[in-house]
Amino acid sequence: MSQSGPLVKIRNIHIEGRADEIWLEIVRNVDLDLDRGEVLGLIGESGAGKSTLGLAAMGFARDGCRIASGTVEFDGIDLIAADAVTRRSLLGKRIAYVAQSAAASFNPAHKLINQHTEAPVEHGVMNRTKSQADAIELYRRLRLPNPEEIGFRYPHQVSGGQLQRAMTAMAMSCRPDLIIFDEPTTALDVTTQIEVLAAIRDIVEQFNTAAIYITHDLAVVAQMADRIKVLLRGDQVEESDTRSMLSDPQEDYTKSLWAVRSFRREQKPLASPQDIPVVSVKRVAAAYGETRVLNEVSFDIHVGRTVAVVGESGSGKSTAARCITGLLPPVEGTIEFDGVALPPDYRQRSTEQLRQAQMIYQMADTALNPRKRIGEIIGRPVEFYLGMKGAERKERVEQLLEQIELDPAQFMDRLPSELSGGQKQRIGIARALAAEPKFIICDEVTSALDQLVAEGILQLLANLQDSLDLAYMFITHDLATVKSIADEVVVMKNGEVVETGPKDVMFTPPHHPYTDLLLSSVPEMDPDWLTGLLQRRGVDNIGDAAVDKMESR
Amino acid sequence: MNIVISLILWIVGICVAGWVFRAVGQRIRFPSERLNIYFRDMPLMVGIGFMFGIVSLYFVFHFYFIEKVTFFVWAVQGFVVFAISAWLFLMLGRNVGTQMSRKLFREMPATASFGLLIIIIYSLVAVFAGAIAPYGQEEIFEKINVLPGGDPATGGDPRFLLGTDQLGRDLLSRLIFGAQNTVGIAFLTTCLAFLIGTTLGFLAATLGGWFDQFTSRAIDALMAIPQLIFALLLMTIATAWAGSNKGLITVYMIVIIAVLDSTRVFRLARAVGLNIVVMDYIEAAKLRGEKLSYLIFREILPNAYAPLLAEFGLRFCFVFLTIAALSFLGIGIQPPLADWGTMVRDLSQFINFAVFSPLTAALPLMAAGAIALLTVAVNFVVDWMLHRSSGLKE
Amino acid sequence: MKAIGLIILHRLGLGLVTLFVVSVLIFASVNMLPGDFAQAILGQSATPEAVQAIREDLGLNKHPVTRYLDWLGGVLQGDFGVSFAQANFSAFAGADASKGGIGSVAAQLEPRFKNTLFLAFVSAAIAVPLSLILGILAALYRNSVFDRFINVATLSSISSPEFFLAYILILFLGVLNPLLPTLSSIFPDMSFGERLLKTMLPALTLTLVVTAHMMRMTRAAIINLLASPYIEMARLKGINPTRVIVTHALPNALAPIINVIALNLAYLVTGVVVVEVVFVYPGIGQLFVDSVKIRDIPVVQACCLIFAAAYILLNLTADIFSILSNPRLRHPK
Repeated sequence: MSQSGPLVKIRNIHIEGRADEIWLEIVRNVDLDLDRGEVLGLIGESGAGKSTLGLAAMGFARDGCRIASGTVEFDGIDLIAADAVTRRSLLGKRIAYVAQSAAASFNPAHKLINQHTEAPVEHGVMNRTKSQADAIELYRRLRLPNPEEIGFRYPHQVSGGQLQRAMTAMAMSCRPDLIIFDEPTTALDVTTQIEVLAAIRDIVEQFNTAAIYITHDLAVVAQMADRIKVLLRGDQVEESDTRSMLSDPQEDYTKSLWAVRSFRREQKPLASPQDIPVVSVKRVAAAYGETRVLNEVSFDIHVGRTVAVVGESGSGKSTAARCITGLLPPVEGTIEFDGVALPPDYRQRSTEQLRQAQMIYQMADTALNPRKRIGEIIGRPVEFYLGMKGAERKERVEQLLEQIELDPAQFMDRLPSELSGGQKQRIGIARALAAEPKFIICDEVTSALDQLVAEGILQLLANLQDSLDLAYMFITHDLATVKSIADEVVVMKNGEVVETGPKDVMFTPPHHPYTDLLLSSVPEMDPDWLTGLLQRRGVDNIGDAAVDKMESR
Repeated sequence: MNIVISLILWIVGICVAGWVFRAVGQRIRFPSERLNIYFRDMPLMVGIGFMFGIVSLYFVFHFYFIEKVTFFVWAVQGFVVFAISAWLFLMLGRNVGTQMSRKLFREMPATASFGLLIIIIYSLVAVFAGAIAPYGQEEIFEKINVLPGGDPATGGDPRFLLGTDQLGRDLLSRLIFGAQNTVGIAFLTTCLAFLIGTTLGFLAATLGGWFDQFTSRAIDALMAIPQLIFALLLMTIATAWAGSNKGLITVYMIVIIAVLDSTRVFRLARAVGLNIVVMDYIEAAKLRGEKLSYLIFREILPNAYAPLLAEFGLRFCFVFLTIAALSFLGIGIQPPLADWGTMVRDLSQFINFAVFSPLTAALPLMAAGAIALLTVAVNFVVDWMLHRSSGLKE
Repeated sequence: MKAIGLIILHRLGLGLVTLFVVSVLIFASVNMLPGDFAQAILGQSATPEAVQAIREDLGLNKHPVTRYLDWLGGVLQGDFGVSFAQANFSAFAGADASKGGIGSVAAQLEPRFKNTLFLAFVSAAIAVPLSLILGILAALYRNSVFDRFINVATLSSISSPEFFLAYILILFLGVLNPLLPTLSSIFPDMSFGERLLKTMLPALTLTLVVTAHMMRMTRAAIINLLASPYIEMARLKGINPTRVIVTHALPNALAPIINVIALNLAYLVTGVVVVEVVFVYPGIGQLFVDSVKIRDIPVVQACCLIFAAAYILLNLTADIFSILSNPRLRHPK
């Protein structure tokens, strides 16, 4: 084992992916160096080629991809020229991989610990018994509950955050020199994410392992990496150590990424108690079949205000929206619109009532009919609700397109598939506006978008609210978005409202312990944030452990 | 039993040859580096696959040049002719026509263009059967059981290229009219099956609730009986109803097979419909207050064309084969209509004359081959369509 | 373990209900015949008295529901009624046809059922291992020469009608190179080897059809499986390819593979009809077709029920095996 020189040296690498019999470049001319014990953060938006590059550092290309040219050297061994046996002897033993979805990456047919011991036994690093003992030790270090026992469960019997830590333990099983972390916390809730982050950082430091940490989340990479490399559509943009990258980005693209977080909207004063709210949810309970999913949910939304409903997955925030729209009639309680109770089922509501409440969806891809042209998608509600036809309708659609800052002449006759993600989301907004509603539900409208594009959408929504006096119900799990756009915040957990209040009050502790936990778990751009938080709260007061404590109380 | 032993020996021999082939390839240093790497990374099975290919080629050579099996010779010649014309067809499509059609042809693999060409030829023959065929399908001549070949020396007659059958009808004409009857009836049946299946399937997907429950359970019950068996049972009853009216039997058969086959169409249409119904744009349309007909025709149907079209191809093959099987069993399309299934049955005993009169033995195989060729063609096209619409690289 | 037991019981119950519904369906279809059995047996020229007599004899003047229950009761005891064709014959012979004598459907079915089972077993014994091996290999070396060759070959085999394949085999293996007998005359007292030889051609035909289907489905299932992230994970752990297949892919492939096998054995049920006719193989398929032609209703009914029962049973087995092999169900939370 040579100790000199970088651990990983990638030069001039080009990676291609196949699309319809043609090879397209996914990664272009990228160099990468990584020293022993160093953590490199690889960031970029979706489609930047960061996962592909991460896998290439292992000498691996997914089906349908190929490394077209360039070299990948690991500790002086050329991984691309090496034959399959040599490569296999390195994978798992000296280079390990942690995948994005632990639930899908663990084999459902085997116990965790058997999958853990597989690599050490196969590579002859440890025998089975020793590796099992080692697994339990690693589980303990990663602060998994019941480390003695958890390994003997099947993957589907373990929660997502715990699986992700078990996978990190598995990657550590042979004490590799390098681990590739491929978006390990993207699929997790914020409160769970933080404990996984803490655990990963801790164990990588303990064993002095080098790592490539791939993510799209700048705040996360700021906590984890010593050095950051920025990718944009397969090209490298910039690379420097974390602190100087955060304080002094050089390239325009990097600067613009950093700037996203600075979008803040003035918080409006609370509406006076005498005002009749546009939408008032009163003690609503809902159930899917026998299972109760909402209990005693109440909140008001006033004219021109944005109420952000936040909570983790399964908290019931989307269900609340389904109750308001009438897709899921509540079993108890009422929904009032302008002081008048709405029929619970949407099929019993009048066209006028339907018109007043519109919805914008998370996935613009599934929200627009792929076989209809933009003019028809926006034109249909114009015709349906307002009875406009022919030239009148066309004129109105043009107006709407201008309102959402798209050129009518260019977009009128396109199909949704010919638009980018951000443009599709704008069409979704235009379709909602076409009904000329008073109230719009925005269901995670920015979470599927890249940050720059998401900011544009938020800006647009804010402008529209000012000019049309719209009331928004803004469902999100992303607290950064809440900070930037909300007037009031409703925090939900397990189908109940934990707390409500104006944004500025909600973001200053102390509050309900869950609200505090949720808000404090959102990573910040400060590289010392995680360290600071761990010092303040202690390792046992974050993540699932903290939630469990709260519930047992 | 020695046939089993020789078969095993053949297989073992091929496997060993494949291993040797690979081993030799790995030893030799080729001037081209890519070839070196190709052999280095070659899995054993690929080597064996090469050997299998070589052995198959040998057998083709053997039956074509040494044994000269008539039907086989025709099949190989036909294959070569079709392959060349399919290639020409592909080249033509790539260079002539609109931008769209050219792009389509550029992405098309050779198998699909082969299939497309065959389908076009069959449709032309089916539509213009009356003009192409030398005689009518029911026309009876005095000369019965004329041997094919048209050579008087071997018992043929130049007027009847493929000879005549036991009633004295011209076989070539009946083969051509068979395209019209067999393909036409199968096409009609498939259309009917689709009409029933998609209507019910989409209704079940959009309405849900008791309607969905009821139709799905009913279809499950129908599908619990194997299709051909159920068709035979119902045909028993249908023939009793039709009595001596042979034409009516064919009509009943169309209805019976269409209904039985619509169960599969229902399943697919419902599944496709359910996938579309959960989309947010359908929810948006529902919340807008749109009516059921708008939902089905304007929102769902346009998104279901691609999978339904592929399914149409597959169902057509299935219906076509079912009808051929029924006719072969003597319970399907009734004489005097010419049809391939019946022809195979009527001519099947000639197979045993293959040693003395290879031409005669080729006749039943030609009718059966005509059926097989069309289904292969449709399958090739469907395969490509499915591949395209799923957009997967595998 | 409790949950999985319940699920399986539920499936078994569902299978029983399906069988019941199918028996009703078959009975109801047969009752759509114009006139009735009596007329059908004696033909159009029969005197009203004779028709009446037969009607009494067969209990045709009872209510359909009663008749259905009688029939079902008989079937459950292995009595499928009396064959028309044989009934006429035995009436002359003076035998009591109703109780398992010469004319009973059951007596007619029994040896043929055994023959058909033998044919199905031989075909399955060749087809199942062959197609699994070929399917797995094609999936492993997908897009290679081997895979493409197999793809075209199986697609052609699927597309051909069974009788086409049968005649091709007859031509090459029976007539041009007389290796195998083209007629399957089978007698009860044949030796096993002789029987096997006579069954070989029909079995090979069925094998060709079923192997193609099964192989393609196996290939698709395995490719689907190989694309899953846990296989990629195993490869990235540096495990050798054979072990990846054996310990990571196979346990999860069990359910789809069992499904494929059962589906294709069920497909054999249909395929057997045409193939038996081609080779004049004395099985129920041929009996079924013959009875359909002469409208021997009790036999048609019985054959139909047997085919449907086999079909349902196979699908049920597949269902239960795939439940048993699902780790999520075997080890509940």
